[in-house]
Amino acid sequence: MSVLVVLEQTGGKWNRMSWETLVAGQQLAAQMGTELYAAVPGSGVSALASEAATKKCAKVYAVEHDLLKDYTADAYTAAVEGLVRAVSPTLVLFPHTYQVRDFAPKLATRFSQVLISDVIAVKVESGSPVFVRLLFQGKLNGDVRVSGGGPCFASLQAGAFRVDALESGSAPIDNFVPSLDAASIRQKPEAPFRESARAVDLTAAEIIVSVGRGIKEKENIPIVEELAKALGAELAASRPICDAGWLPMERQVGSSGQTVAPKVYMAIGISGAIQHLVGMKGAKTIVAINKDANAPIFEVADYGIVGDLFEVVPALVEEVKKAKG
Amino acid sequence: MKIIVAIKQVPVRDSQLRVDANGRWIQEADLSFEINEPDAYALEEALQLKEKHGGEVVALCAGPARAAQTIREALAKGADRAIHIEEENLNTLDTLGVAKLLAGAVKSENPDLILTGLQSDDLGYGQTGVVLAELMGIVSSTIIMQVEVSHIDNSPASIRVKRELEDGWFQHIVMPLPAVLTIQSGINKLRYATLMGIKKAKSKEIKRVTLAELGSIAAPTATIEKIYVPHKSKQTQIFEGDPKTAAAKLVEKLKFEVRVI
Repeated sequence: MSVLVVLEQTGGKWNRMSWETLVAGQQLAAQMGTELYAAVPGSGVSALASEAATKKCAKVYAVEHDLLKDYTADAYTAAVEGLVRAVSPTLVLFPHTYQVRDFAPKLATRFSQVLISDVIAVKVESGSPVFVRLLFQGKLNGDVRVSGGGPCFASLQAGAFRVDALESGSAPIDNFVPSLDAASIRQKPEAPFRESARAVDLTAAEIIVSVGRGIKEKENIPIVEELAKALGAELAASRPICDAGWLPMERQVGSSGQTVAPKVYMAIGISGAIQHLVGMKGAKTIVAINKDANAPIFEVADYGIVGDLFEVVPALVEEVKKAKG
Repeated sequence: MKIIVAIKQVPVRDSQLRVDANGRWIQEADLSFEINEPDAYALEEALQLKEKHGGEVVALCAGPARAAQTIREALAKGADRAIHIEEENLNTLDTLGVAKLLAGAVKSENPDLILTGLQSDDLGYGQTGVVLAELMGIVSSTIIMQVEVSHIDNSPASIRVKRELEDGWFQHIVMPLPAVLTIQSGINKLRYATLMGIKKAKSKEIKRVTLAELGSIAAPTATIEKIYVPHKSKQTQIFEGDPKTAAAKLVEKLKFEVRVI
């Protein structure tokens, strides 16, 4: 019995969610009374493995291979599969990153298991983990239990565990050289790129007024723009608004856009899918305006108005102007 | 080029959901259903690829009898035919079980490309496409924002896709066909079905397949024990009253307590 945490790095730099996942591993291993192992797959990862070894765990595996230099689903699946077969953990934890979404389901399939993805909390009940997941875009939660003999695979959403709870320690490092074959890697990746230099830096904004599906039509965007102007705020949006081309992609907040932590974040007509919440829940004060009192956005909001944004937002503009004199 | 699009029917986005009596699923009786949004983008991508390269688009859907409506809509938008794995109790399967059904149903089709949405709006596991590819032994790539097809001797041989990474980064990846791609919302602009399309859809083939025909599916390893309304982590102060009153209260808060006005 053991817990294995697969940490994620790209080009020698950690994905920040890796440490949160290690925290989860530390806590679950303690609760389950088992050993914790951490793995760092990649090429030239010895420095990162040494860093991981300063955290509390029984062993760090440096999963080292030239073919892991640039991420491919085929190589990472094969490498982690090899490690899981060698270590035989009961539980394998990943950060719920885009990379993990690309290969971990494939890995789980090789063990006739399902990846319990996008987990927001884990409880241990009678020695085995119960995973809490969001269902229906965050409207409901579900408790998922895994049966069967094989290792259990789960990926943890950003913020599910707090990185400041990470415990230090001193662990030995094992080099694990997976058996990989260049011919069996079918994906040929090119260098990552950004579309264009970001003209809008939402992270610097003190106030952000953000708009979602509730705005209904492109023609209605000026209603919210007006409020942003009155408040001296940056205008932002949830993904569907940028997908539809109503606002440029560079104004998108969420897992595929910018991560912001302004003094005030005003979510207007945004239901609050997890992909959006991870991009803004660090805001000091969150205000939600939504017609649905059950919208998940109210779970993170400090202040809220349940109502029709087409009535509330113009009223707000008036009041802000009055308050500013 | 033969393209299969796996689509799922889910409750419409604004549905008010209620937990059912046994606490393991939602009450479906009063709900309306629609195509899972990312799957709508996958279907559109398939239709555009067909318009560019020729071939056939086959809609594939596992779901109860009511899913026939969503399948008809896919046919009306331009899919050539459909396969409906008709089963009332798919909720008792896990993702692996559903992917096995899909793999079984497409085995004899030999598609060049399989597209599906990157995740479902109901369960949101985000892995059916990847698992399907692994079961079929073909290559996959996820969260795709663009697809280019290369031909050798007039037959589709490989693709170059644009994959979305985090924080505004992207990457191109080249891979051989056949392949499975999971499509990100916003990759294209969705079309509406035309009257002509709706008319034509009536005569298009929907092949119905039952669970029994696809062989036995192993018991799920992942099961939902209970579902429930999330526990609120924050106490939200809701401002009541007509819009003007509520707005005035909020602005007062922002001015005197949060101090941003």
